[in-house]
Amino acid sequence: MNPTLKTFEGKLPLSILQEIEEKCLPAKQKKVAELALEEYARAKVEPGEAVGIVGAESMGEPGTQMTLNTFHFAGVAEMNVTMGLPRIIEILDGREKISTPMMEIFLKEPYNKGQDVKKVALMIKETKLGELVKEFIINLVEARIEAVLNEEKMKEIGITAAQIVKQVDAGVRDMIIKEKDNVLFMKVKGKDEKHLNEIYKLKEAVKETYVKGVKGINQVLPVKRKDEFIIITSGSNLKKILTLDFVDTARTTTNSIQEIAAVLGIEAARQAIINEVYKVIEAQGLNVDIRHIMLIADTMCANGKLRGITRYGIISGKSSVLARASFETPIKHLIDAALSGEKDKLDSVVENVMINQPIPIGTGLPHLIMKDEK
Amino acid sequence: MAEEKEPTAVVSEEQLDAESKEKTSDEKKIPTFDRDYHEPAVTKRIAAISFGLLSPKMIKQMAVCKVVTPELYDKEGYPVDGGLMDTRMGVIDPGLTCKTDGKRLKDTPGYFGHIELARPIIHVKFVDVVLTMLRCACRECGRVLIPDNKVQKIAKELDRIEQEEGLERRREAIKDIVINLKTTSKCPHCKAKQQKITIEKPTTFLESEKRISPIEIRTRLEKLPDQDLVLFGLHSHIRPEWMILTVLPIPPVTMRPSITLESGERSEDDLTHKLGDIVAPEIIIEDLWDLLQYHITTFFDNNIAQLPPARHRSGQPLKTLTERIKSKEGRIRHNLAGKRTNFCARTVISPDPLIRINEVGLPKLIAMKLTVPEVITAWNMKYLKTFVENGPAKYPGANYIIRPDGKKKKITDETKEASLEELQPGYVVERHLLDGDVALVNRQPSLHRMSMMCHRIRVLPYKTLRLNPAVCHPYNADFDGDEMNLHVPQTEEARAEAETLMEVQTQLISPRYGLSVIGCIQDAISGAYLATTSLTFTREESIDLLSAANIEDYSQLPDKEKITGKELFSCIFPKDFDFTGKSKKGEPVRIQKGKLIEGTLDAANLGAGSGMLLRGLHRKYGADETLTILGNLFNLGNEILVKYGFSTSLSDTDLPQKAQDLIQEALDQAEKDVTQLIDDFHNNTLEILPGRTAAETLELRILEVLNKARNKSGEFATQYADQNTNLVVMINSGAKGKPLNLAQMAACVGQQAMRGKRIEKGYFDRTLTCFKKGDLSPLARGFIRNGFKHGLNPKEFFFGAMTGRDSLMDTALRTPKSGYLYRRLANAMQDLRVEYDETVRDSSGKIIQFQYGEDGIDVSKSEKGMLNVQRLIDSV
Repeated sequence: MNPTLKTFEGKLPLSILQEIEEKCLPAKQKKVAELALEEYARAKVEPGEAVGIVGAESMGEPGTQMTLNTFHFAGVAEMNVTMGLPRIIEILDGREKISTPMMEIFLKEPYNKGQDVKKVALMIKETKLGELVKEFIINLVEARIEAVLNEEKMKEIGITAAQIVKQVDAGVRDMIIKEKDNVLFMKVKGKDEKHLNEIYKLKEAVKETYVKGVKGINQVLPVKRKDEFIIITSGSNLKKILTLDFVDTARTTTNSIQEIAAVLGIEAARQAIINEVYKVIEAQGLNVDIRHIMLIADTMCANGKLRGITRYGIISGKSSVLARASFETPIKHLIDAALSGEKDKLDSVVENVMINQPIPIGTGLPHLIMKDEK
Repeated sequence: MAEEKEPTAVVSEEQLDAESKEKTSDEKKIPTFDRDYHEPAVTKRIAAISFGLLSPKMIKQMAVCKVVTPELYDKEGYPVDGGLMDTRMGVIDPGLTCKTDGKRLKDTPGYFGHIELARPIIHVKFVDVVLTMLRCACRECGRVLIPDNKVQKIAKELDRIEQEEGLERRREAIKDIVINLKTTSKCPHCKAKQQKITIEKPTTFLESEKRISPIEIRTRLEKLPDQDLVLFGLHSHIRPEWMILTVLPIPPVTMRPSITLESGERSEDDLTHKLGDIVAPEIIIEDLWDLLQYHITTFFDNNIAQLPPARHRSGQPLKTLTERIKSKEGRIRHNLAGKRTNFCARTVISPDPLIRINEVGLPKLIAMKLTVPEVITAWNMKYLKTFVENGPAKYPGANYIIRPDGKKKKITDETKEASLEELQPGYVVERHLLDGDVALVNRQPSLHRMSMMCHRIRVLPYKTLRLNPAVCHPYNADFDGDEMNLHVPQTEEARAEAETLMEVQTQLISPRYGLSVIGCIQDAISGAYLATTSLTFTREESIDLLSAANIEDYSQLPDKEKITGKELFSCIFPKDFDFTGKSKKGEPVRIQKGKLIEGTLDAANLGAGSGMLLRGLHRKYGADETLTILGNLFNLGNEILVKYGFSTSLSDTDLPQKAQDLIQEALDQAEKDVTQLIDDFHNNTLEILPGRTAAETLELRILEVLNKARNKSGEFATQYADQNTNLVVMINSGAKGKPLNLAQMAACVGQQAMRGKRIEKGYFDRTLTCFKKGDLSPLARGFIRNGFKHGLNPKEFFFGAMTGRDSLMDTALRTPKSGYLYRRLANAMQDLRVEYDETVRDSSGKIIQFQYGEDGIDVSKSEKGMLNVQRLIDSV
């Protein structure tokens, strides 16, 4: 940054200074910055402003205008993702399991230019034994299952029969497995080894056994975005994907906030909330300022852990008994408060509304102390 | 609150000044009103409320009487002493006085009584705690089943958790400890063998299959030493045996008033009924013990899973304490967090473009019912007397006078003369509302702060509230039968806040996106668009229009005979106003020195929630001026339309033959393409999209083709439609309607989609029985080829109805979902505020953001959420 603007550092936000530097001729910069400072002073939030409730309103009001079932036929070659109100609810709940987990995997050179993208994509995809087997035969005489492997498919994802045996052996308990000429022979171990039911059960278990790829990635879709190839997946496993050496770890992302929080930390989760919410709002053609979304994200992440906006999340962490009781399950909160002898200091909004006192926000924040003349 | 519920809660009032007791008695002499203009400065406030359990001793101490009989009234209908309606616990009859404080109905707060229970009873709400204590404390010595050396350590650890992570985490930590203790079989202190304790819900405890009586439980809890109690999360002032009730507080009569039915019969409150059951069995035998337990349990909570709810004779379940507090209709959310007010009105709203945007038209009828208190001084005495003279029946009059001692007197024809005589400075007159008084206007659902704004009153005839149509947008109101509420602030403080913080002009810029929420709508936009694109007027016409729109300064009109619409609109802007922007079509709009040089005024610049024109005016000239200019723009637009004449008709959707041919061709082509796709699908030659099955690919491709076709026909329709019809004017100006609407009327309604797919519902493999099974053609899957004007055939109509119903359902399901989300958000964030050091903090002072929105800019003071650097650069 040039020295003229440097003097304004700390007085003006960085984003504004950068914009001035970018768009303005150096000769004019000082004057512009001075004007900006003047306007900035006028545009600042006033102390006491109830930014929380304004943020909640700014999110809640457009919520009524969002569609519930979203139609997604714009881009034919896209994954089907939950959008609209259900997605917002999902994000703000801080849910562990989201309805449509999805990843965008960016690739390093040369894969991002299109080389072997399909192959790379297939390497990521979770493959279960069932997909590699041409035919399951239940041999009642021998009380065993015979699985004929599909060589073509094996070649496609690059796996050998021996590897499969190893994976299946590790994945399924109480089973004896042998392989001969691309046919797997599996037997139930234990006293029920001849029992037909047990054999069937084994067959079903074996079908679902993981053999290759990244667990949790159900579908892969290589897509050209701008001038590079990326892989969009349904299903998400950020931790594993980031360990792969052909993945551009800096840009690869998932839509599961909880996963981001676990792998990349709380600051990343905060940014992810902002991005994901903003994406939905934009897709719906609504206009909500990013500051409101930031505030929501910050509230959810404030104590270092991702807490949803639910009675178990943020609201349970409130210090006021009455504020908690006024939300949900009042009886539980009153009983708990009684047992641990809690004291409600009445320093937030609802409690003071309840007892008809001014609320400590906005015009209720400043206190004038006056001698009561008698 | 809490007292009702459980034997708990001591409300401690911490006085701000020291001489508390004396003061209270002093204050009793100062009369209190329901309005607070006479109220002395508030010198006391509640600083905190602590919660806790009441010991039997405390219950007895706070009780004013002992209830011994279930009888309520004697033969004369007078409450029986020692009965449930004992007058020492407060009175609910107008004639009686409370024996405790000597006050009458409405003045006495009511007092608790108590009864001695014949046997100890377990309080249902504490069953869980009691169970863990029984399980985790030794049955012999009463010590917690943790060795002495560890007790201290754990207690410290718990304190640390509370310090660092809050009370909620502490509770969880306690739960973890307790779960581990359950299985300990030998007391580390006295080596006594422990037995397994189970619970038979709701209130029966078993030790190795043998029932433990509440008496036994109580004695065991008594043995628990104080120092061990922290490990169960109990406060040090609380003894666990208090959770087994031996005395029961009887809530005051005033919180369970009986109602007198029309027949003169008394109907007692549900709580009184329940208490009657509790007091009734005097001589108790084992069998009745369980009955007493049942009655007391249901007295606290009548919704316990394992118990049949106690019912009225009519079979309807009683509403006892828990039900009174809980849920939306309960005390907390219904009466405490939300309150009712006086001085409010509600009627149907209707439009009146002739009143100002920040006015509300109030029916005279209402203006004579709602009043504003005005204090008489030497200077306004004469003025206020005129109101009293007019009385309540003549506008503008007054309904009440209030004497300095707080006595309220109604003005009637008989008392009028006396009242007039009596008036002197210090009296208060409650006069009728006048033009210019302020009122808060509100429309539910109140989703954002612009749902409740302050308007100036304009008293008008008839019976509806009148609003300028420009404010419909922030209220989200229309005039198809909407009703709105109006509140009249009663104190100077309230009025001042309403005017400076809530008046319409102060709310112009939305805090959601930093643009004007109020703008021109409908006719005003059409009018402005027509005028600035094509119309010219004679000088006389121009002056007519301006004057009709309430603009009196004609000096801006150019000195010529023919005046263009642009020049006409230039009269509205201030002389030093510069603006460049874009119209809806993307063409530049330029205003220089208050003159509209080029471009058209349309929804992009005049409409609500879009465009920088209104924002620019607001920045330069302030809120009041902007509102005036907006009002002028609005009126001029409307007046032009009145003059020009504006209507739309069926023929507006007529298309030339060429366009019709093109559209039919496009649709035919699309159908052919779809047939080709289906054939490919059946022949397995369809190119499958990655990650999809063949059937999915087909569906997606078909949708794509059909949507393209519909869009194409829409394009043809807008392209070839007569650009001068009023329908097209409305679309182009952004006043109402989208090109799609025209296309649907003129050409083709298009694919009906449900949940992002073509219609699949209906019969097996087909949507309607008139199609073949497995028919995938457009018409069999909800493609409506006809336009609305041509009319739909029965199949098409049916598909249209299906999606219509689907979207109705969508709305009906969405409203509660988004409402709940909003409630949660509001509850979680309501205490966040900006502190004096610019940080955003919650109520306990924890920092949420170091600077609001990372740059400290208030969205409602920004231009679309930003500081407009480009404009600053241009201005230098």
